[in-house]
Amino acid sequence: MATVPAAAPIEIAPARGMVRDALRRHPTMIIGLILLGGMVLMAVFAPYLGTIDPQDLSPMRRLRQPSDLYWFGTDMLGRDVYSRTVYGARISLIVGIAVAVLSIGFGLFFGLITGYVRLADTLIMRVMDGLMSIPPILLAIALMALTKASLENVIVAITIAEIPRVTRLVRSVVLGLREQPFVEAAVASGTRFHRILLRHILPNTVAPLLVQGTYICASAMITEAILSFIGAGTPPTIPSWGNIMAEGRSLFQIAYYIILFPGLFLSVAVLAVNLVGDGLRDALDPRLARRM
Amino acid sequence: MFAYIVRRLLATIPVMGVVALFVFSLLYLTPGDPAVIIAGDFATPDDVARIRAKLGLDRPFWERFGEWAWMVVRGDLGISIFTNLPVTTLIGQRVEPTVALTLTTLLVSVSLAVPMGVLAAWRAGRWLDRVVMGFAVLGFSVPIFVLAYLFIFFFSIYLEWLPVQGFTSIREGFWPFLERLILPSAALGITYIALIARITRASMLEVLSQDYIRTAEAKGLAADKVLVGHALKNAAVPIITIIGIGIALLISGVVVTETVFAIPGIGRLVVDAILRRDYPIIQGVILIFSAAYVVINLAVDISYTFLDPRIRY
Repeated sequence: MATVPAAAPIEIAPARGMVRDALRRHPTMIIGLILLGGMVLMAVFAPYLGTIDPQDLSPMRRLRQPSDLYWFGTDMLGRDVYSRTVYGARISLIVGIAVAVLSIGFGLFFGLITGYVRLADTLIMRVMDGLMSIPPILLAIALMALTKASLENVIVAITIAEIPRVTRLVRSVVLGLREQPFVEAAVASGTRFHRILLRHILPNTVAPLLVQGTYICASAMITEAILSFIGAGTPPTIPSWGNIMAEGRSLFQIAYYIILFPGLFLSVAVLAVNLVGDGLRDALDPRLARRM
Repeated sequence: MFAYIVRRLLATIPVMGVVALFVFSLLYLTPGDPAVIIAGDFATPDDVARIRAKLGLDRPFWERFGEWAWMVVRGDLGISIFTNLPVTTLIGQRVEPTVALTLTTLLVSVSLAVPMGVLAAWRAGRWLDRVVMGFAVLGFSVPIFVLAYLFIFFFSIYLEWLPVQGFTSIREGFWPFLERLILPSAALGITYIALIARITRASMLEVLSQDYIRTAEAKGLAADKVLVGHALKNAAVPIITIIGIGIALLISGVVVTETVFAIPGIGRLVVDAILRRDYPIIQGVILIFSAAYVVINLAVDISYTFLDPRIRY
């Protein structure tokens, strides 16, 4: 590409300098971090942001247009859409983070096994190939159709759909590392197996998994919203962005705001996570950054 | 070559086997009694017993799985719990809208995304590249149904250019058919376009730094000839691969798009089935969609040998 980075410094830059350097080269990451920070603060301090009880029904004020009193209007049960949208951030963030952490945990476990145990490799990868050919949303739909609607089940369903991809990634990293001279040297010098795994293999999976984790978080937030939107997600008693939009579905020609505001918040949240992910990827893997 | 195709065809059997086994065993693996959950909150014990017998949950797993798998192989996907009609009939009635929507989106997306990626790579680092890449980031971030509603608000309700919802068969005229596919295809295609454009750009950048490109430029070949004839041809394999893998996005997106635009396709069928917890339909649709995905990616794999003579099997 046109921009050639300056000659690499010989001494290893301290971590703080690396972060500052990455931020300077990727201004979009700063935007992402600010937006994401804002979302997290909004979710944590939801009760103090001029909200009322998001479940508070009031037949007297049904389907009010957005106004000074009801910033985002009210829905057909008279619930305040602003309050529901602010509280909805909690569900999206919880699902995004939980799915990212869980699927990376399980994916790491399966990936390390497949990368090291040949017998397990064929078996596990066959299963993963099969799972990967089921479109993730349909996989989650099937799981949700057979379980009771709950936040935990949504997280489990999306996690199961994400595990095969993480397993693939970890496996390819492990297979690449096994051929590296420093691992061969460790083996040759009689380092124990679990020590090689913990000291040499595991640390090298951190960077790609961190990047992958942000992308999983973003896609889990979208999947949760889609599942709730089509009625296979979090129970309607929980105000999640997908649920709010689902309730506005039949009314969208007269009450656009029920769908518009949660939709915008969802898009901004996903954009923020994606921008942070892109920045991390560029900062952690400069070789890849130049290509992507 | 022929032996390779046969070998690849055989390799899809275990993959589809895993899909079938997984979709089937979900009935047994999920916590709680699926018959009770499917029957719903207001079911009588009789209803539950009827559903249990219908799904064969009262018999041993392997016996039931063998029977079901043999049925599927013969093209029978079972009977819907709610409507009592064969699942294949229900899916058959809904094929046209889904195929029309997916194919239109596929064709339009590929013919837009590849040139976008090529131009971005050609102008890497300049404003055109930034616009394309900015679009790609946005395309990954705005969920299909949010985009779909934004399109409806703007093009159908505000400008009144296009119909809000619905589907018209191609037999009733080409324009009414196309008119109702424009917005759904646009909404469905954005993420797919973003994905293909991004990979096209990356793949092109790799090729554009090669010596033979410099040679082609040095001998005075026009830019378009270099880009298409020399670069794109050599960058094709990753692009075709992502077009195949990205089909999964389209299939997942169809479920949502058909819901927003009230299109009576297979995606809508599955959404209605969720609300009624009609598991045989969900099972059947997953099998059909997964099979389509596997077959398309098989075709992609085989196409490599035609695209790149260096790849031999």
